[in-house]
Amino acid sequence: MATTGRQNLQGNQACALAAIAAGCRFFGGYPITPSSEIAERMSHELPRVGGVFIQMEDEIASMAAVIGASMGGVKAMTATSGPGFSLKQENLGYAAMTEMPCVIVDVMRGGPSTGMPTRPAQGDIMQSRWGTHGDHPMIVLTPCSVKEIYDQTVRAFNLSETLRTPVVVLYDETIGHLVETVDLPAPATVEQAGRKWATGPRDAYLPYADPGDGIPAMARPGDGYRCHTTGLTHGESGFPTQQPDEVAAMMQRLLGKLDRHRAIVDRFETLHADDADVLVVAIGITARAAHRAVQQARQRGVRAGLFRPVTLWPFPEPAFRDAAAGASKVLVAEMNAGQLSLEIERLCASPGKVARLTRFTGQPIGPAEILASIEDLAGHGRT
Amino acid sequence: MDALSLDTFDIRDYLREELLPHFMCPGCGHGIALRALLWAVHKRAIPKDRLAVVCGIGCSGRVGGYIDANTFHTTHGRPLAFATGLALARPDLEVVVITGDGDCLAIGGNHLIHACRRNLKLTCLMLNNEIYGMTGGQVSPTTGEGRLTSTTPQGNAEPTFDACALAAAAGASFVGRGMTLQTAALKDLISEGLAHQGFAFIEVISDCTEIFGRKNDLGSSPEIILRQKGSMRPDTYGNVVDQPFRARAVRTGVLSRSDRPEYGAAYRATLPDGTAP
Repeated sequence: MATTGRQNLQGNQACALAAIAAGCRFFGGYPITPSSEIAERMSHELPRVGGVFIQMEDEIASMAAVIGASMGGVKAMTATSGPGFSLKQENLGYAAMTEMPCVIVDVMRGGPSTGMPTRPAQGDIMQSRWGTHGDHPMIVLTPCSVKEIYDQTVRAFNLSETLRTPVVVLYDETIGHLVETVDLPAPATVEQAGRKWATGPRDAYLPYADPGDGIPAMARPGDGYRCHTTGLTHGESGFPTQQPDEVAAMMQRLLGKLDRHRAIVDRFETLHADDADVLVVAIGITARAAHRAVQQARQRGVRAGLFRPVTLWPFPEPAFRDAAAGASKVLVAEMNAGQLSLEIERLCASPGKVARLTRFTGQPIGPAEILASIEDLAGHGRT
Repeated sequence: MDALSLDTFDIRDYLREELLPHFMCPGCGHGIALRALLWAVHKRAIPKDRLAVVCGIGCSGRVGGYIDANTFHTTHGRPLAFATGLALARPDLEVVVITGDGDCLAIGGNHLIHACRRNLKLTCLMLNNEIYGMTGGQVSPTTGEGRLTSTTPQGNAEPTFDACALAAAAGASFVGRGMTLQTAALKDLISEGLAHQGFAFIEVISDCTEIFGRKNDLGSSPEIILRQKGSMRPDTYGNVVDQPFRARAVRTGVLSRSDRPEYGAAYRATLPDGTAP
């Protein structure tokens, strides 16, 4: 099994190889379809580089162990699917609150509940943003090809370490099990961002003080700082507080820290969006179908375009507003009952501008269906 | 460490004094358990910088925050799972888990049995005060039968867990029980647990005087702690098979010990030379 160079590679396998290249040295897992290949590949790769693979007793424990490794300063990851993602939400919130870097891969299958374990879906769009309780920042990256799974998994680690926040890599079963030819870079050439570590005297160090960029430096256990980490609302010292001014300051920094770094967070891709009359919005395998449909529509003289968020959350709002400004219709195609549509409708704020093409039968949405919807909308636009 | 060195033990060396006074109620046994732990840390000469204390949620979960070490207050029932990741990623740290009867046996029960089975080097102190104190005194898996709590107004009808029997059955390579009444024995027990190369489970019989004691009309704090002695039944552990979960088992000391392979070392032995964390 080659870890570099040109090869036919499955999406989930690419995710594992990217994690290793990004510096991941701890994986806590629990078997679940359709993500298990990630854990299996990590169990092969991590020992080779001196890393730790452990299959924990449940999804909750695997998320806890990953955060535990990160508390020790080690880059760590877990992978799951919907039912397991539900269980991880408790500790995902802990990672957001304590600002502990970690990467969570969610390979989406049909839901709710056990749903359709082997069928693709995109039903975790809202759960990935709001699955854990309370207000919290969340970065969710949503690749649509094997190569992009590799690139976005690397990026997930770098964003997580740089911004001290959990990062979710979210893709559907079809993308996870897709096999494509990719040319993987030599691991040594892969960019690895490190965490900002505390330096200087212990007396002057405040674990959750804003150094100016919203991202506090973390103290590595063993370096002499002997800090306290808690999921309770805490002040700059790291100890619990219920003082309204301290709570407000902490929450404002926490909730605002991604906004201060939108330049490295926001990523999207467009196709013919500049002059689009009908703008399609889609992610994952649906975006692949939409890409084809937009090309076909253009061949037929319909001014169609595509906006594909690569960073799904926070949604690349300014870029989308630009892309959608000139369109008369926006079509959201997604494999759920209309989750991404909610966000797009919020951003468009114009009644009737947004149309939905949704499906939750476990079947991908094909180019022909999207093309038909585009033509239907374009026709309505002309009359 | 010799007796002379132990004379140098000053608990203030191990506490975050700026956080004192602590938040525990008068008569609570958890402070005694904390002191015993810090004495044992001192005896084992574990540097504070290398000590990591991982706690769950509840009264027990707040104990770790007073220790001048690397302290982690995690989620309810999960400290053993967090500690597993931390200890595997950082074998240079000495990882101690402080948990409670509800945290460890109810919401965290699955993590406990697998930590026992896995045998990673961790020292787990389960402070057993028979009650969910932090939330106002609800019934816990170790609440005695017939006891009054805020959710058993007619008296608890559920049988009681014997945590040590559970840990031993699940494969813990070191199982012990101590009481806050017998501090000298408790200190030595924790010290032995810290030295054990594997998963050490130590149940500490503690008391919730303010909530459990009042609700059950058990008297003053000294009277309540003396009940630990009165309720000692050295044969309870031996009767596990006959009466598995019927009594609050109180046999104390090291209850079982084995030298099964420690998981972290066993895992690292499988790694290529020079790569282990």
